Amino acid sequence: MFANLPYLTVVVLTVIGLSIILLKRNMVKVTMGLNILTSAVNLLIIVLGYREGGIAPIYTLAPQTYMVLPTPQALCLTSIVIGVATTALLLSFTMVIYRKYGTVNVAEMRELKE
Amino acid sequence: MIPQFLWDHAPAMTVAVPLLAAFLCPLIGKFTATGRKAWVLAAAAATSALALFTAWRVYTMGTWVYVFGATVPNLSVPPDSGGIPIRIIFEVDAMSALMLVIVAIVGFSVILYSLSADGKRSGLEGYYTLFLLLIASIVGMVSTGDLFNFFVFFEISGLASAALVAYRVEAGRAVEAGLKYFVVSTLAGIFMLFVIAILYGQYNALNIAMLASRMQFTMLDKIALVLIIGALATKAGSVPMHFWTPDAYALAPSSVTALLVVASQASLYGLFRLIFTLYNLSLNAATVGWVLIILGVLSMFVGVTMAIPQKDVKRLMAYHAISQTGYMLLGVGTGLAVLGNVAMLDAFGRMAMEGGIFHIINHAIYKGLLFLTAGAIIYRVGTRDMNRMGGLGHRMKWTMIFFMIGALAIAGIPPFNGFASKLMIYESVYLFNPVLAIIAMVVSILTLASFVKVFHSIFMGPQLPEYEHVEEAPTAMLWGMGILAALVILFGLFPQQVVDSLITPAANALLDQSGYLASILGGA
Repeated sequence: MFANLPYLTVVVLTVIGLSIILLKRNMVKVTMGLNILTSAVNLLIIVLGYREGGIAPIYTLAPQTYMVLPTPQALCLTSIVIGVATTALLLSFTMVIYRKYGTVNVAEMRELKE
Repeated sequence: MIPQFLWDHAPAMTVAVPLLAAFLCPLIGKFTATGRKAWVLAAAAATSALALFTAWRVYTMGTWVYVFGATVPNLSVPPDSGGIPIRIIFEVDAMSALMLVIVAIVGFSVILYSLSADGKRSGLEGYYTLFLLLIASIVGMVSTGDLFNFFVFFEISGLASAALVAYRVEAGRAVEAGLKYFVVSTLAGIFMLFVIAILYGQYNALNIAMLASRMQFTMLDKIALVLIIGALATKAGSVPMHFWTPDAYALAPSSVTALLVVASQASLYGLFRLIFTLYNLSLNAATVGWVLIILGVLSMFVGVTMAIPQKDVKRLMAYHAISQTGYMLLGVGTGLAVLGNVAMLDAFGRMAMEGGIFHIINHAIYKGLLFLTAGAIIYRVGTRDMNRMGGLGHRMKWTMIFFMIGALAIAGIPPFNGFASKLMIYESVYLFNPVLAIIAMVVSILTLASFVKVFHSIFMGPQLPEYEHVEEAPTAMLWGMGILAALVILFGLFPQQVVDSLITPAANALLDQSGYLASILGGA
């Protein structure tokens, strides 16, 4: 039960993230939803590489060779960096749209729907 | 004649050159605007030359495996690694090489066109950086042999194209289109990352060849397959995930749109690559093949019917782009549906796949050409509404000729390239299921009808008083369009030679999973 807790967290975060993206119309909240979803996937990757009792995978002067996997951490780090860039661009789009339209609600952005 | 380091490192340099050139752009632009133009053109030419060189070597000497950071550039499995490919690996086979050819051709013509078309805009420092970044990411997507690397390039292409779509930031609509595109693209990216987590958790590998050799096709792999199809078909702009396409294509600057078509096709390439190389026979080929066929038929039909009532010339072309993507899905999907059945595969499956793949390169060229002509018209006339155009044929003769070539090619009229690939699709799909072939032909006729209307309302009729002083598009723009138009005719006149030398090796590379695995893992 306790060992599965991280996976349950992933599920909960995924559901929260997806439902925000699908149900909310405020762009800032949609951006938050995308971020939560990314965190869920990042957590999944980290958990997959975790070994109970393992140490950080640094071989220099390592007291033991039972280590957590380094690759998932590298993947996760890359994904976080991409996430930052994504969030920045999304928020700057939202900012420009707020200036032009006076709203961040996607339902009110109707210029392209005529 | 060709220096040794090119023989060793060309695949890596095809990504590195535009990537480094991109970030030097703003710096050079600080001092001289002309210098920046020359720099961008030189970078695009160098990238295209490297891509063509890589493709040429792959076509003559077989799959090219390039290992980043290895002592020997093609040492994919080091002797002390225990038979596991470590490091990031680029694997350029004939299918990737075909995509490289597309990027080389369209990338260079589009840059040439853009230097003149977008030369007067403000904020050019960032514009060409993003442009070259997009080229670099497409090259990376089509040549990588590593799933996570594919994801990174996928995200770079999403970021760069969304920023380019929203580039005309002064018009709120462009940002709206960019936002729509980017939310969809980010969601697709998260799905891809999820796929990577699922596959890595089961097989402890990120290399596509390694994953394929360990593939068990468990329940989780089926979920991963659904996510892959969902994510990549969305980015390729297939119905029912097409809603971002018309907005993004219509509001991006025209040169960007022509490149976005190629970016979408890189996603399509990713879809085909993962289905055929990662899963291949382990999946239920008939079911997945039919999924692709249904997506294809829906895209074809919905795309063209939505295109007919459009008034905005670029929006209309964007819907046609969706419709043409359907042909590729139909062709390759038919090949996939008969994958397990050798007799049917040889009878028509291979030909259907060749038709679908041939259509990818043809589409990139003629659709790029059409978007560039639309851009030239908008550049001179200043409106995108076709009802307000008319009689432009009197003043813009070259643009009219190029538009005609593109329009006849997309409608599948001989002797242009669209005819060659569509004929292959009709013939082979007819043997598989006559109804599908008939739908494809009807869509082609509707396409022709739609473009006749467009042609008439833009170019025909008496010269309108407000367009009396409209001039022909600038020379650099004409050259950009001319390269593509010449290729449309060339591919249309010699389809057999193109198919034999470019397309058949690509289709075989896609079908030959064990060959792909062997070139990385050795004889295993």
